[in-house]
Amino acid sequence: MTDAVVPIDHAEPRAARVAAGSYLDSEGGGLSEWLLATDHKRIALLYALMITAFFFIGGAAATLIRLELISPHGHFLTDDEYNHVFTLHGIIMVWFFLVPLIPATFGNFLLPLMIGAPDVAFPKLNLASWYLTLIGGICVLAAMMLGGVDTGWTFYPPYSTAFSNSNVAVAVVGVIIAGFGTIATGVNFVATTHMLRAPGMTWFRMPLFVWTIYATSLVMILATPVLAITLALVAADRLFGLPVFDGFRGGDPLLFQHLFWFYSHPAVYIMILPAMGVVTEVITCFARRRVFGYAMMVYAVLAIAIIGFTVWGHHMFVSGQSVFANLVFSFLSFIVAVPSAIKVFNWTATLYRGQITFEAPMLYALGFVGLFTIGGLTGLFLASVPIDIQVTGTYFVVAHFHYVMVGGAVSAYFAGLHFWWPKITGRLYPESWARFAAVLMFFGFNFTFFPQFILGYLGMPRRYHEYPPEFQPWNIMSSAGAVVLAAAYLMPLGYLTWACFYGKPAPANPWNAKGLEWWTSSPPPKHNFLRTPVVTEDPYDYHDSDMSPEPQARPVDVARAHG
Amino acid sequence: MADAAVAPDPLREPWSDLSRQREAATLGMWLFLMSEMLFFGALFMAFSFSRALDPAAFAEAARHAEIAYGAANTAVLVTSSLTITIAVRAADVERGRLAARLLAATAFLGVAFLIIKGFEYRDDLRHHLVPGHDFALGQNATQIFWAFYWAMTGIHAIHLTVGVALVLRLFWLVRRGRISLASPQLEVTSLYWHLVDAFWIVLFPVLYVAVRA
Amino acid sequence: MSAFPIFPREASSFAPKTDALYFTLVAVSGAIALLVFVLIVVFAVRYRRGSSSPRGALPPLISHEFEIGWTTATLFAFLMLFWWAGSNQIYQLLPPAQAMEIHVVAKQWMWKIEHPNGVREINMLHAPIDEPIRLDMTSQDVIHSFSVPDFRIKQDILPGRYVESWFRATKIGTFRLYCTQFCGTAHSGMVGSVVIMSKPDFASWLAAQHPAGDLAGQGRALFTSLGCAGCHTPGGPIHAPDLAGLYGRKVPLSNGAFALVDAAYIRDRILDPQSNPPAGYDPIMPSFKGEVDDGQILALTAYIRSLGSSRGALR
Repeated sequence: MTDAVVPIDHAEPRAARVAAGSYLDSEGGGLSEWLLATDHKRIALLYALMITAFFFIGGAAATLIRLELISPHGHFLTDDEYNHVFTLHGIIMVWFFLVPLIPATFGNFLLPLMIGAPDVAFPKLNLASWYLTLIGGICVLAAMMLGGVDTGWTFYPPYSTAFSNSNVAVAVVGVIIAGFGTIATGVNFVATTHMLRAPGMTWFRMPLFVWTIYATSLVMILATPVLAITLALVAADRLFGLPVFDGFRGGDPLLFQHLFWFYSHPAVYIMILPAMGVVTEVITCFARRRVFGYAMMVYAVLAIAIIGFTVWGHHMFVSGQSVFANLVFSFLSFIVAVPSAIKVFNWTATLYRGQITFEAPMLYALGFVGLFTIGGLTGLFLASVPIDIQVTGTYFVVAHFHYVMVGGAVSAYFAGLHFWWPKITGRLYPESWARFAAVLMFFGFNFTFFPQFILGYLGMPRRYHEYPPEFQPWNIMSSAGAVVLAAAYLMPLGYLTWACFYGKPAPANPWNAKGLEWWTSSPPPKHNFLRTPVVTEDPYDYHDSDMSPEPQARPVDVARAHG
Repeated sequence: MADAAVAPDPLREPWSDLSRQREAATLGMWLFLMSEMLFFGALFMAFSFSRALDPAAFAEAARHAEIAYGAANTAVLVTSSLTITIAVRAADVERGRLAARLLAATAFLGVAFLIIKGFEYRDDLRHHLVPGHDFALGQNATQIFWAFYWAMTGIHAIHLTVGVALVLRLFWLVRRGRISLASPQLEVTSLYWHLVDAFWIVLFPVLYVAVRA
Repeated sequence: MSAFPIFPREASSFAPKTDALYFTLVAVSGAIALLVFVLIVVFAVRYRRGSSSPRGALPPLISHEFEIGWTTATLFAFLMLFWWAGSNQIYQLLPPAQAMEIHVVAKQWMWKIEHPNGVREINMLHAPIDEPIRLDMTSQDVIHSFSVPDFRIKQDILPGRYVESWFRATKIGTFRLYCTQFCGTAHSGMVGSVVIMSKPDFASWLAAQHPAGDLAGQGRALFTSLGCAGCHTPGGPIHAPDLAGLYGRKVPLSNGAFALVDAAYIRDRILDPQSNPPAGYDPIMPSFKGEVDDGQILALTAYIRSLGSSRGALR
């Protein structure tokens, strides 16, 4: 990439940009100006740091799991240690990595930029969300230090309430606290989308990333409270002996499962919907094409968010719920797959007649489409009751949700991280390293998790630290793949850190992309835009004529910014 | 009012227009209330489901709930909703002193509710109505009812305590003139208060009245 | 078993049906995935930047038709799959009436198996081939799950409640049994074997065991020693239901509903007789909660069954 550093300054010539500065410039407050930041871009960076820390804690637990499973005899860890490790992995990765992953980082950073707003609707609440998530995470880590938690991330009673001798209550309280942080984020984003769109930014001119963040926020607002109350009842049992789910005293442990999955299935859409939004931004930019079927993509996002609330029972096909319920949930689970399929087809069709280049974000995004397709299609297996009976509670399920959440959401996160890295940091990253990491991640991921589909249909149960020897070859393959995958995740940590200090300065719009976030400088000034932008065109208005890979100042944008 | 003159500008970043800011604050609060409705809604759903498993035990258990305390508390809380509504109206017409007094009355009624609740809890404890080995009504589904009783009223009391703290803070700010009467905080706080009240209005018949019929 | 097993053995009557669905789904989803991958690769090559392939906007009509086309195609494909999978599930629903009954009590971290004649096993389940076997299961502590992958069956077992599952084995051999619902420290040690034998072999195996007494016989002894017989005797001094012929019958309850007299119902009556007694009887029976364990309840249930099922009139 050529180093064309001429900043696109929409509002004023160079001097004005210098005067405006960037959100990264010190205001003389030292550390406290970051820890008390209310600027959405700084909060996004706080989240990014926290999430990276949790990712490596959860990743360390995953490493221990894969080490343990190399041998069928479980010599490396004791059974209790193994139970603590996979519980830590699940809780940290679900609530402190995947749920905030894209909404709290890119959502925070980009939502105001993409709709032309100076900040989110409630900047202080935004900071409070970060602290709530942090405090929740510290509670969970404290529970782990003080003896650990061994229930699995699902906290099923009566094991979690009456039988486990571990720090369930502390961990559960941590998750509840973080849950309120999630709700606050959701409230903030919905209010921002409703109230702070720039002039001309009509609902159907919003980029799909904004749509997905909007839908995700609604899911956060409506699903998370159900998790909070459910886990609060578990905590009430552990702390005060209130036996709401006690089957021996007339309660019903299945009630917990219904409530838990009423949250936890939509939670999957909290993770994957924003990922879909990121991928749409990236694919349109590098194919230089309008997204195929914009309106349909919007409806698909909303349909997934809404139908996603009605499918929780497919986690409970063998739990003892009625056959009629099984059939209804099976039906709805097939239906919810349709909008996801539409999205895959539309991304593919967006490539048709494009002018495609393959920078790292595009490689990650195409990897996402591939892995999400496999993850989504294996969802059909789990929606079919007889097959679900065979594979639920086995490594098939483990492989399926890792394809969706890690192959899907995490690949999309890396696509977005590289795509918006110049905007966030004002620096370019080393392209060839990034491409290599993207390819490595795709193969390492398949190498790790594809064998688990086979293990699952063979019947290997999850959460086993010892297993029959005939499963060993597949487990060794999976652990070997995990080495490749770990390398692929560590590489960006290295070269992106390097790029923070030594990367070439980035122009305002290095990809020649559409979207309001590229109208302002890189990194953006404190209040994003020197003048409020006015939107006059539909999203993804790419043309063959501006296919040049060279970044360039586009006078047309400058004129608009003045408008 | 003299105080209002020195009150800080209610306009906050990122807003450039106070009416938009108020609209956003109200929208935000309604979104939070939607979330809270699912929070309590899930709790009520769980209660109804458990009750359907053993209605007889629930009816038996509910007979031991102290309806007099419950009824008194209902009256207290409904009155407090009235006082906070008038407080917001008073602020709208720039009558800061009246608003402050009504906010104080609201907080007082909230505390009164908690005190009455405390007496009720004391009686429940004396009658061994906490689930466990020395539970008064036997090792059966009556314990589930009482588990819900403590969980629901406890969670409601936590919400109310938060509400009292918010109202007291507002009272202090309004009295000292540290807040403009045009600030969206008044309306937003009252919305929250009404929600906490509304949950009690549902809780009271569910726990004290409906199941004993 | 080969070094790289790919599919589990098909050892029950369910296995071929589940596998047919599985292979179809593998084919369908493989085709969809292949289509997507091929299209991405072809487009990526053909429309790489600067290639000479023709460009230009699509006519809106075509894009609209494509959109509708693949949406409906996907919807119909998925509905067909649902229909097939759903009908399979209904087929698995009920065990045949003549199924042999085996009791399973799950606890941390073992499987306790009891045959109808009182033979007990731990972590082993012997059963004959080609015979429908009904599993009557309960848990003494947390939720467990009974899973035999080679049979394609799995069922969660809830504490304080009876759940059913069934299978008809079609292969002789030893098959792995797992607990697949996380149940604590030694969860991965809660494994066992299902041994399927030919019918004569099974009969001789059963005969060679030393039964701890016939289950119904134990139940009869308990029925007397616990004092049940004092009331539940026809013509006795106290008005209590006669239990002969009661099993499998629908009885009216005092709240107007009907209940099926099965293992779960009998358990409820023993542990919590006060609530909602059968119509026409006062709630005078004392609860036996804490006095009888799950094994004894199974024995009492077996005894009540042995009194005959749903023939005579309800007295």
